[in-house]
Amino acid sequence: MRTIELVIIGGGSAGLASAISAYEHGIKDILILERDKELGGILQQCIHNGFGLHTFKEELSGPAYAERYIDKINEYKIEVKLNAMVTHLSKDRIIEYVTPDEGYVTLQAKAVILAMGCRERTRGAIAIPGYRPAGIWSAGTAQRYLNMEGYMVGKRIFILGSGDIGLIMARRMTLEGAKVLGVAEIMPYSNGLPRNIKQCLEDFDIPLYLSHTITRIEGKDRVNQITIQKVDERFQAIANTELTFDVDTVLFSVGLIPENALSEEADVTLHQKTKGPIVDETYQTDVPGIFACGNVLHVHDLVDWVSLEGQKAGISAARYLNHEVTSGKTIQMVAGEGLGYIVPHHINPSNVEKSIECMFRVTKTAKFVELVVKRDGQVLKRIKKRHLAPAEMERIVLTKDELMGCNESIRIEIGEVTL
Amino acid sequence: MSKEMTCIVCPMSCMLHVDFDGEGHICAVSGNTCPRGDAYARKELTNPTRMLTSTVKIHNAPYDRLPVITSSDIPKGKLFEVMEALRVVEVSAPVKCKDIIVKDICGLGVDILASRSMPQVD
Repeated sequence: MRTIELVIIGGGSAGLASAISAYEHGIKDILILERDKELGGILQQCIHNGFGLHTFKEELSGPAYAERYIDKINEYKIEVKLNAMVTHLSKDRIIEYVTPDEGYVTLQAKAVILAMGCRERTRGAIAIPGYRPAGIWSAGTAQRYLNMEGYMVGKRIFILGSGDIGLIMARRMTLEGAKVLGVAEIMPYSNGLPRNIKQCLEDFDIPLYLSHTITRIEGKDRVNQITIQKVDERFQAIANTELTFDVDTVLFSVGLIPENALSEEADVTLHQKTKGPIVDETYQTDVPGIFACGNVLHVHDLVDWVSLEGQKAGISAARYLNHEVTSGKTIQMVAGEGLGYIVPHHINPSNVEKSIECMFRVTKTAKFVELVVKRDGQVLKRIKKRHLAPAEMERIVLTKDELMGCNESIRIEIGEVTL
Repeated sequence: MSKEMTCIVCPMSCMLHVDFDGEGHICAVSGNTCPRGDAYARKELTNPTRMLTSTVKIHNAPYDRLPVITSSDIPKGKLFEVMEALRVVEVSAPVKCKDIIVKDICGLGVDILASRSMPQVD
């Protein structure tokens, strides 16, 4: 059985960035396992621009952003296996995968970086009654068909969910000649970026139905009609608010779930809120030598932060392989009032060089508030925020000094309005 | 006369209030919390432009479509005209990222560029 220093599962934005940084930190024996026929992951189907503003200070399309990383992988001659589906991962880092060329292969990794990304939630996940006709797609699948394979999935479209993928697809299908009759969002606000609401919906007079959801899908062989209804504050449909639309296609853009089947098989503990692994300051999971980064860890809204996280995980894996990661006292990171979660979930200060960036999401929108950081129950610092929203990942930096003075936990919560 | 609009320059999403004089010219922008909001409102109401991304047909490549992008922003009202012009464009691999696919599309002084490289496959 072949032994490899570092195996990266997934060749998307997180996997590519982690491979490059591990290589640049001295690890040369790296293998990337990618199930698609080329590297780049979901970026390859995201042909709209706006990627890379933070990383490259310019706006790139998804494929152009991916290409910058793929060029580096080629320059460093990092080994890549395409069409390689990982079927098993054990807690002692034995990996089994299949490819058309090699068949069934087993190998031993000294370290593994999980970079499998996430999956779209489906119609099944939100239980809408009706037949199961053709014409129902997750927005991302329709995006791949249209942008990479060249197939339009329908002519009269309704979209459920106003996250960015749904909004981007509303514009894309409209530009390609389809009629998008509307977008329904169960929440009273959209989780998409304001610029996407403006440039994808308002530019094309596509109505956005807030506090609405699809309650009925009609059609036996192919969708022919849907019904939407207004919902109350408990998301229950309100009677006599029905609106019907004659459509041949429904796109679902109803959230993303980290894809952790392999992680679970390797006994990696997952977090209830993020649905991704629980990690420490080195992005290491609770299984030694197995690291995680990108959307498999927690769902991001900007690819730039995925790349940055991949970069950090790559450096950590290199340090782990060089026996530079120490064990010791850990501090629990606690998501207080108004926060959904914090990544990393716990921190050993002795592995932090100067400072560490913690990422989190808030549970509701807020303007002109302060974030309160409490160390062992005492206020450590207050940070003013003009704007917080669940759709936008927030970051906060803790210095080594701030961590060293901590015994048990650091809690971040939303404080008073500060106008 | 006046108009309300959401600023999209940053995530703050300020609600902008724009006042016009009798001849329809912008005389004041308010509600913005930084100067970028003022500039955005004036541009959006006088000459709105957008970057356009789409695909064209490609032969001898791993996929049937090549993603493309305008070399700079184009007038919002020209989006569908450019889409129509792209409908008949066909190219062959290999293509390099930023190769010019259509020069001066629809006489707008803007080129259509490949937004990724694609190798040739048989």
